[in-house]
Amino acid sequence: MGTGDCTVPGAGLMQTLLDKLWAAHEIRAENGQSLLWVDRHLVHEGSHHAFARLADRKMAVAQPELTFGVADHYAPTRQRDSIADPKVQVMLDRLDANCRRHGIRLFGLGDPRQGIVHVIGPEQGLTLPGLMINCGDSHTSTHGAFGALAFGIGATQVAHVLATQTLWQAKPRAMRIRFDGRAGPAVTAKDMALHWISRLGVGGAAGHAVEYAGEAVRALSMEARMTLCNLSIEGGARFGMIAPDQVTFDYVAGRPFAPEGADWDRALQMWQTLQSDAGAVFDIEARFRMEDVAPTVTWGTTPDQALPIGSCLPDPAKLDATQAEAARDALDYMGLQPGRPLEGTPVDQVFLGSCTNGRIEDLRLAAAVLRGRRARVPGLVSPGSMLVKQQAEAEGLDRVFRDAGLEWTASGCSMCVGMNGDLVAPGQRCASSTNRNFRGRQGRDARTHLMSPVMVAAAAVTGTLTDARPLLEGRI
Amino acid sequence: MAGWTVHEGQAVVLDRRDVDTDQLIPARFMSASRAEGYGGFLLHDLREGEGDFPLTRHPQASVLIAGPNFGCGSSREAAVYALVDAGFKAVVAESFADIFAGNAVNNGLLPIATAQAAQIRAELGGDTARAHIDLGSRVLTLGSSRIDFDLSDTAQTKLMNGWDDIDLTRAYAGDIRSFRDRRKSDHTWVWPKA
Ligand code: SF4
Repeated sequence: MGTGDCTVPGAGLMQTLLDKLWAAHEIRAENGQSLLWVDRHLVHEGSHHAFARLADRKMAVAQPELTFGVADHYAPTRQRDSIADPKVQVMLDRLDANCRRHGIRLFGLGDPRQGIVHVIGPEQGLTLPGLMINCGDSHTSTHGAFGALAFGIGATQVAHVLATQTLWQAKPRAMRIRFDGRAGPAVTAKDMALHWISRLGVGGAAGHAVEYAGEAVRALSMEARMTLCNLSIEGGARFGMIAPDQVTFDYVAGRPFAPEGADWDRALQMWQTLQSDAGAVFDIEARFRMEDVAPTVTWGTTPDQALPIGSCLPDPAKLDATQAEAARDALDYMGLQPGRPLEGTPVDQVFLGSCTNGRIEDLRLAAAVLRGRRARVPGLVSPGSMLVKQQAEAEGLDRVFRDAGLEWTASGCSMCVGMNGDLVAPGQRCASSTNRNFRGRQGRDARTHLMSPVMVAAAAVTGTLTDARPLLEGRI
Repeated sequence: MAGWTVHEGQAVVLDRRDVDTDQLIPARFMSASRAEGYGGFLLHDLREGEGDFPLTRHPQASVLIAGPNFGCGSSREAAVYALVDAGFKAVVAESFADIFAGNAVNNGLLPIATAQAAQIRAELGGDTARAHIDLGSRVLTLGSSRIDFDLSDTAQTKLMNGWDDIDLTRAYAGDIRSFRDRRKSDHTWVWPKA
């Protein structure tokens, strides 16, 4: 890692993508804080505190036409017609009532477009390059994959956006993470993310906006780019972004809420300027080589406690004092033996879904491993949106999952956070395509191993943490 | 929300790094409305799992000394509500996750980021110490040691006046309106067509 190239003449005039997006949204700057204009505000059931604050102040939503509601965090993935848990029903009703009261368009439970907020924003063409997008959810960085300024906010800030359509924000420093070379087989954007986070740590990008660059990033599909940007927060960055290119424009074109005709032409003209200038200076530059990135799995209780599948678990006796304690604690919680190989660790169940890895390409890749095979452990597959579900069914992927013995359900955050009741039981080990392996995240005392969808599928087939590469060979 | 300038209280150590918001408040409690009080949810599962938990031993503590990367993970502001409702006025740690630190200030909770946190934890161990915080001079006094901390002017103003940003932003209504109108006419594509 080193600092940016400072020898370029006039480097000070060169702008990063962050600079350009920031300048385009800045209404005022004062005391190191900028007042920024919000183009899209996404709210979900968890935004109830913010609506309550608004009600306390008897304020209206400033720009309801730029605000969109989504039922996802508490969305039941089964039996939607008769919701058993009254708490879940209350949360869904509250969102519904708040959206109605303020004239906000809602993708509710009955809507065929319902799904996880960070999946349906892009899917509907609400997410566009050059926009500022906010949501009371830390994985809002997902939308940065389009070259948007997108970041998660807390409830007080949600209330602020509702009331004013703006946010006060200190400009983060700029960081660039490059991936050179080409991805090997079964190496996905999830592995790239876990790789850099494991190298730089969970606080490695704190205070910075990350721009991803390099040959391997350019080669990623739009969906894979979203996975990469989604996980930025797990390395401490609130922002993850990728300069838009033809891949981006092709993805956006024709989406229901995307611009058309003359508007499209004007938009495209602007979007084509959204790159960091050659010679723009970043506060931190980090570089990784794809040949070093293998299918990666977390073993501990923070996302940086991750290793290539072929590795052995760390031995606290061989680590320095601070790391040793964290490792000992994590291994203890996870019920793992120091020094043992990661591969072959038995799992009790699998989960495939979430805003990180619940898109159609994720399901296709997992299905490629599962086709014609049986899962040795139970598991849940929850598509990122109801449209993803529909698409998967049209392609027969649901059959593959069901024939393997996995449960195929409706869309929601589901077992990523367990708010809807989809939980991992205490002490159970779950191979999961989600984003957080924190203690208790998937349920009290649940043990979570994060990995890519293809690795989740491999874990299902063998009932253990497994290298997916041999299982995928000849299948894609 | 009431502002504050000086706080006198008791400090307690939570000797952990990367205390994430899922630990600060498990998701299953988050449907409660704020009026119900979030204090009982604070670190709920961790507390129950450990018999001799520092926060249980010192329930009157109001200054938490924790490890680096405090408040990482989800943007759930409920993590701050749990701390505030349990009586905390400040958290001291080597570093904080960005969203958590912002949420804290918006709710009257002072995040003090200081490299001295490790030393304080080591010295204090399982004991408590008297803590004195002066927001005006940005000084934390803990027992006999004095810690000068950084705090932005904005955060200081907000904490001392008990303001959240909406109060500050109202003064700029005109600027916001003209920005919006300009954006709408210059970038017609920004407004969703459907
Ligand atoms: S799937 Fe998980 S990370 Fe994504 S929005 Fe839902 S709860 Fe948050």
